[in-house]
Amino acid sequence: MSTTVLATRGLSKRFGSLVVARDIEITLPKGVRYALIGPNGAGKTTLINLMTGMLRPDTGQILLGDDDVTALEPQQRVRRGLARTFQINTLFPSLNALEAVTLAVAERRNLAGEFWSSLASHKEAIEEAYEILAKLRLGDACYQATRELPYGRQRLLEIALALATRPKVLLLDEPAAGVPQEESGDIFEAVANLSDQLTLLFIEHDMHVVFRFASHIIVMVGGAIFTQGTPAEIAADPRVREVYLGTRHHG
Amino acid sequence: MALADSSIAAPQAYLQKQSRWHPIEIAFWLALLLPYVLFPNYLSLANQIAITALFALSLDLILGYAGLVSLGHAAYFGTGAYAAGLLSKFGWGEPVSGLVLAALVAGLIGFATSFIIARFRHLTLIMLTLGFGLLLTELANSNGWLTGGVDGLQGIRMWPLLGLFKFDLYARTAYTYSLVVLFVVFLGARRLVHSPFGLALRGIRDNWVRMPAIGASRRAHIRTIYTISAAMAGIAGALLAQTTETVSLDSLSFDRSAELVVILVLGGAGRLYGGIIGAIIFMIARDQFSGIAPQYWYFWIGLLLIIVVIFLPNGVLGGLSKLLSRWNARR
Repeated sequence: MSTTVLATRGLSKRFGSLVVARDIEITLPKGVRYALIGPNGAGKTTLINLMTGMLRPDTGQILLGDDDVTALEPQQRVRRGLARTFQINTLFPSLNALEAVTLAVAERRNLAGEFWSSLASHKEAIEEAYEILAKLRLGDACYQATRELPYGRQRLLEIALALATRPKVLLLDEPAAGVPQEESGDIFEAVANLSDQLTLLFIEHDMHVVFRFASHIIVMVGGAIFTQGTPAEIAADPRVREVYLGTRHHG
Repeated sequence: MALADSSIAAPQAYLQKQSRWHPIEIAFWLALLLPYVLFPNYLSLANQIAITALFALSLDLILGYAGLVSLGHAAYFGTGAYAAGLLSKFGWGEPVSGLVLAALVAGLIGFATSFIIARFRHLTLIMLTLGFGLLLTELANSNGWLTGGVDGLQGIRMWPLLGLFKFDLYARTAYTYSLVVLFVVFLGARRLVHSPFGLALRGIRDNWVRMPAIGASRRAHIRTIYTISAAMAGIAGALLAQTTETVSLDSLSFDRSAELVVILVLGGAGRLYGGIIGAIIFMIARDQFSGIAPQYWYFWIGLLLIIVVIFLPNGVLGGLSKLLSRWNARR
């Protein structure tokens, strides 16, 4: 049995009478690649918001490794190794890719409070940022302002920013959202090439992609975990077909 | 592919180049020496411009770089002015130590208020900063025994600068003093803008939500820049107190805070030089227009502001840099 990196215990959240998370229990072992699927409004993004601290749960706990991080601020969780990307690009439009990723590296290295030193003097941080960009094949576009980057490359920059925090767990909220289908493979190839020490959880609607890249699938419906299992188990589950796969094709 | 790569600068060299001095910058600073030759009778105005420019520079770090609006920045300017004024009134007229004291006192007040300010944004933040400004103005007003109240603080006598240069009637010493202080503080601000911290400020301005998601503490950054900016504003206030040898309640007032935002918007926020350019335009316009119609000169400032924000959304400097890049592209 491998070690657990991230887990939730009885996580619940409601907005008024609308229950968006109901008694959620998940356990992510080290190095696995989980897909989180479910119909629209199932609470997938809400779950990521709860785990990363952007929303406070009404009840329940979030455990990162052996530590209870439920009371920690989002940035404190990031510093302990829990990073995320956003479904809608949440980037720094006027910074270029090199500056943006260098900023994230500088934050991790506790350099970002230094107002007296020159940014250019932090060679190691800059080179680390460039390496991350190069790995995601953004090296040649790293001096272009983010807002001028093609959309697909902005999606990759989303991932680059998260990687710069050196996460143990990376939560990807529809990494290829809005990218034309023929290009979305590139983004998932990049995701697949990430270190196998990294635990991944990604939300994705395209079942081809899910079955190709996930080692484990969690199905959410109506704010609750409906079922979870290996891709083969999920594919064979008639109830899943009914609530979710029934309306889509997969092959 | 290898060819394409070699045409791209190495990342570190690229960032180094970003912070290098441009010839236009050097020319600009040299041009600030022109008043000695061209307008020797206007050095007192030039002095006021340099002080306002320093004050605007302090706001630029908050508004232009971190993207946080303040409508109460005169609180720190006035605090610095009263601190320096009182020090002299109570018998210590040495100018430079007065500046240091003003920076410390204003910085301390900035640090204290930053704990509340760093928690809010948008309209709440504007109202908070405005509220702090009003609080301090009335505090100074009601403690006339210390501040002189509406009559202003009298009895400031400055000793010669560095023990050598007397503050003269033509404001030669005053302008030199203010210009040197402006330049020194500007060097510090320029370094800050090109530091990792400066990058973090731009991150806050660009995407408030993403910052915590890359592990950044917005509040810690905002507290730091607020303290630094308040200290800078305090130095500007102290310069005004020392070179005019008086401090009035006006130095803390809402009018002064609002004027400052106008100056920065006119010049162009987030470019370091915007505040200086804005101060030059604003102060000269005021000097000229108030000569024509003393009561109505705000009419012209209003008109100027409307024209600038419609046609030059990034201020005069933004418009100039657009022109320059277009010209460069054509070459």
